[in-house]
Amino acid sequence: MACRIEVGVKPELEDPVGEALLRRVKEELKIAECKKIRVVSVYAIDEDLQTSELELLGKELFADPVTELFSINAPLFGAQDFDFAAFVCFKPKVKDNTGDTSKEAIEDLLGKKIAGVHSGKQYLFCGSLSRRQVEEIAKRILANELIQRFEVKSSQEYGKEGFGTVIPKVEQTGGGRVETINLDVPDKKLAEISRQRLLSLNLEEMKKIKAYFRDPRIAAERKCVGLGPNPTDAEIECIAQTWSEHCKHKIFNAKIKVEHGRKKTVDSLFKTYIKGATEKLRKKKRWLVSVFSDNAGIIEFVPGWNIAMKVETHNTPSALDPFGGALTGILGVNRDVLAAGLGAKPIFNTDVFCFAPPSYEGEIPPKLFHPRQVMEGVRAGVANGGNASGIPTVNGAICFDERYLGKPLVYCGTCGIMPQEIGGKKTHQKAIMAGDKIFMVGGRVGKDGIHGATFSSVELHEESPVSAVQLGDPYTQKKMVDFLLQARDRMLYRCIQDNGAGGLSSSVGEMAQMCGGARLHLDRAPLKYAGLDPWEILLSESQERMTVAVPPEKAQEFVQLAYQMGVEVSELGEFTNSGFFHVLYGAKTVAYIGIDFLHNGVPQMKLSAKLKKKKLSEPPEKLFQKQDYSQDLLCLLSRPNICSKEEIIRQYDHEVQGSSVIKPLCGANADGPSDGAVVAPLLERKEGLVVANGICPRYSDIDCYQMAANAVDEAVRNYVAVGGMLEHLALLDNFCWADPIYSQQNPEGKHRLAQLVEACRGLYDACMTYGLPLISGKDSMKNDYRFGKWKISVPPTLLISAIGKIEDITLAQTSDFKSAGDSIYLLGETKNELGGSEYYAMKGFVGANVPKVDFKKNLALYRKLQKAIRKGLISSCHDCSEGGMAVALAECCMGGEVGAEIELAQAREMRPYQLLFSESAGRFIVSVKPSKEGRFKAIMKGAKMLKIGKVIGEKALRIKFGKEKLIDVGIEKMKEHWKRGLK
Amino acid sequence: MAGKPRCLVLAGFGLNSEVELAHAFSLGGADSKIVHFSKIAAGEERLEEYHIFAIPGGWSYADEISSGKVLANKLKSSFRQQFENFVASGKPVVGICNGFQVLVKLGALPNIGKNFEQECTLMRNQSGKFEDRWVYLKPQRSVCKYFEGIEFLHCPVRHGEGRLIAKDRQKLEELEKMGLVVAKYADATLKETDEYPANPNGSQNSIAGICNPSGNVVGLMPHPECSVRKFHFPRWTAGISFEKNSLQFFSNIVNAAKEYA
Repeated sequence: MACRIEVGVKPELEDPVGEALLRRVKEELKIAECKKIRVVSVYAIDEDLQTSELELLGKELFADPVTELFSINAPLFGAQDFDFAAFVCFKPKVKDNTGDTSKEAIEDLLGKKIAGVHSGKQYLFCGSLSRRQVEEIAKRILANELIQRFEVKSSQEYGKEGFGTVIPKVEQTGGGRVETINLDVPDKKLAEISRQRLLSLNLEEMKKIKAYFRDPRIAAERKCVGLGPNPTDAEIECIAQTWSEHCKHKIFNAKIKVEHGRKKTVDSLFKTYIKGATEKLRKKKRWLVSVFSDNAGIIEFVPGWNIAMKVETHNTPSALDPFGGALTGILGVNRDVLAAGLGAKPIFNTDVFCFAPPSYEGEIPPKLFHPRQVMEGVRAGVANGGNASGIPTVNGAICFDERYLGKPLVYCGTCGIMPQEIGGKKTHQKAIMAGDKIFMVGGRVGKDGIHGATFSSVELHEESPVSAVQLGDPYTQKKMVDFLLQARDRMLYRCIQDNGAGGLSSSVGEMAQMCGGARLHLDRAPLKYAGLDPWEILLSESQERMTVAVPPEKAQEFVQLAYQMGVEVSELGEFTNSGFFHVLYGAKTVAYIGIDFLHNGVPQMKLSAKLKKKKLSEPPEKLFQKQDYSQDLLCLLSRPNICSKEEIIRQYDHEVQGSSVIKPLCGANADGPSDGAVVAPLLERKEGLVVANGICPRYSDIDCYQMAANAVDEAVRNYVAVGGMLEHLALLDNFCWADPIYSQQNPEGKHRLAQLVEACRGLYDACMTYGLPLISGKDSMKNDYRFGKWKISVPPTLLISAIGKIEDITLAQTSDFKSAGDSIYLLGETKNELGGSEYYAMKGFVGANVPKVDFKKNLALYRKLQKAIRKGLISSCHDCSEGGMAVALAECCMGGEVGAEIELAQAREMRPYQLLFSESAGRFIVSVKPSKEGRFKAIMKGAKMLKIGKVIGEKALRIKFGKEKLIDVGIEKMKEHWKRGLK
Repeated sequence: MAGKPRCLVLAGFGLNSEVELAHAFSLGGADSKIVHFSKIAAGEERLEEYHIFAIPGGWSYADEISSGKVLANKLKSSFRQQFENFVASGKPVVGICNGFQVLVKLGALPNIGKNFEQECTLMRNQSGKFEDRWVYLKPQRSVCKYFEGIEFLHCPVRHGEGRLIAKDRQKLEELEKMGLVVAKYADATLKETDEYPANPNGSQNSIAGICNPSGNVVGLMPHPECSVRKFHFPRWTAGISFEKNSLQFFSNIVNAAKEYA
């Protein structure tokens, strides 16, 4: 019989988790009736344990002897102590990390195996609450009904039994079934098969598959392994996954007819603009090691060491389960880096989020969460993933726009480091020999995340499957990373691949390309529970798994090391050169697909793009002309896009591994914003890595070419501002778009595709002029939400991540003004470019004059500024972006806890508000010690630069325009507004 | 003359700050080695071969159930006797952050009763949140020699469960009276304080670290190993850094270990 242990904080002590929840209930749900919440942890043990054993577990494992109490098979607190109780636990088959760790700990303590532990939480509420209010708290804060169930009881109903012992388990039997799918049907039926099975394949692709299986040569081969003329479910699912938009990037590789402007055809955006730029720049960049061919881009850091970087998105899962989706996202991109070359050790994470504003007061569409819940869940997921893995989260950004209500964008990046050679072998090269063993490493296989790859390739709609969400487990992954890095150093494997989207189908399928075949035995894969059919084992996206190719003579040592380090590994077959991906279940063949067809068979899409001309105009100037802009500045500072993100940043461990040089927060009170991060991963050396990002989706409303150009420029500005070397800088591109394929249901398709073409052109021009290679990228093309009357699409959004190096970390710089008396310079040219700006957005306008990036001029300026930084001539450097020069100055002052006196010279045809708030690209605020000004000016000669004032001891920002005083605000007041933007 | 003291830095099962802790001990003059837990459990490595035993920060067992508890139990079931012998030998044992939590839950800190029973705990921060922020530590007059000559330490805390609570009032008084409190949270003027965020977690009496009555076992919630280079400091670009203080802490421990080397 199952039993349970309940644990809670002693009644005489404050319960900090309960208190924190109470604050959220009051602030977010405005339920004032709730007076107190206490939390009880419940461990339901699926085993018949004796009372003495349970006593031991309560005492030695579950309850802290100083602060906690426990009870056995009975409620911990009597019903007289509260008014309502809610119980929350995971639904069957959902990954339960607390339960899994508890199982391991119990087995360790009792010295015997047990069936399992299921964790749950009881929340005991005091106050005159109604059942409805408690249910609202449970739904909005305590549980996500997609993966968890909850139950509410009044204290009377709770009685002496409480919630009893709940084992959320469904007995599973069966499994092992194989279906065949008849493709000998009319086209209409083919399309229906694709839809019903969630294959996300279009008709042309279905027909191509049908033709393959009809080929008499193929049919004869299949007959030899006992398969008929129709594909099995495993085969069609495997092909659908391999051909998914998520895996094959069919839109970026499509042939596009451009129907606007000078009409032309683009044969693959990826080859033309992304890879195209890098190929042309490659000769000059000897430090490029491996680009676009592996799970992450690999570049040289210093002789002897390479780094690998990758940025991913995890949008759809984060919409459905913000915490789990984001957690899985960050852990997934960690594995991408671990699977780059022979494996890089993760050294830092980055995160960039796009949400609807937390202050959103409108209706929430079905199945979605309030933006505040999304933000809190995503933040917690990414923080937990990084913190628990010992990887610092060093750089990020958050953009707010109501159009992210339907799908939040969650970009997660990871950088890893690896020695260039191990045992004389280059670590960026992978090879597999026929005969190498297929090993699966890490967690077990369950029904989690089936159809993740195909599902993320469609918009979010009513039937979005629950199974497409997985929950990550940082602990299992950390153990696996520790093990794999040791196995790498002992050269125990030849090749490594992540089991992310598509699971074994994707990892083994892709690896099989390298040697020409694989024989995979699905029945050998360890399962979480019985009842899985072969195709489900093949496609499962259960997390924390990697696939490696182990030479047969190393297999024993590999297994031993894994056992010692507490990591589960299983041999699932071998790589071959048969030309086929051969999948078996027992003696039965369940899939037999030609490797060439699987990977190269997908037909190229043919799409059309046509830009819709929008009528854009600038708002009348007189609307913005006034005497004093102090209030405008304060309002800007409290806007979500500009305000302080300290509260969020502090909850990320941003300095574990002891390598941080420039942290995300800087200044006198460590609350100023840093432009980029500098990390020195080799603790004895002086070289550092520099990482920064650029993202400006609001400019898409005017011009996607300039949106992309500005994103690159912003990333480069941030990078240069902290001291990064332009000669050793690479970029990563991550596009998130609304569906750009035209159809009757999607009439906007052509316009969106045209916007994508424009963004790619902007990206290409920026990369070519700045001389910056793109080393890795990803696209997510279906960021739409459709449900009944609701139709929400994200604005075209491009994230540019910059990764490069600084040759000497002692020359790195921060944005805060350092000392009174320093001179302040504005570098770059300010133009009347408020189109898409925060200032216009605050006033309710979009405008037309989007900032236009002058690549050549900017590059010349950046080179000079870099020289000045290298010579140690500047005291602070901050880029101007959202909110323009005025906001940048305010940030420099707030960071340094000092003031500034600024005098703007009359500029021809420029209004004061334009000077203050224009977002023209290519600009910085720099402070310089008077003793260094001479040398500084000599180096900057020829660049557009203005001395605009000086740093003062008095804590106020004063900006004058000729004789008029435009802004006069105290630092404290600015901080007050700046720090309440997310409240 | 004996060689450099050898320092074993524990790794595995979710610990994650072993590299920087080993580096800090090396800077302090030790010969550091990172050793996976399972190697000690399997008998491939023996604690007695080392002169310092350090448990770094991290998220052992993902901090499930309560921080450090599961690893403490695992240590007990795997090499309890070796560990207790090491403690009894008087050689330095150091736990930082999660390592401190492990030592407390092992009963090795403060171990006033000398029976390795848990006498205090590190509970959830009063704020209810994990936080990464820099704090000032004021070393106390204590039986631990590792803080000698150090006016203050400036280093980061990065934890969600660091609030030190003694079993009862008497134990708290004993901690103070017996000189087992090694460092307290202080404000920037080095005045001890209970105010958040200078005291980041709400610890009783602002206690940031404690030692055992012999003074050889010490635990700290903050991370001095992340303040041993000038560039670790949040204000180094303004010329402000105190790496010498943190380095002194590590070299004091290494010097104390020399007696056994």
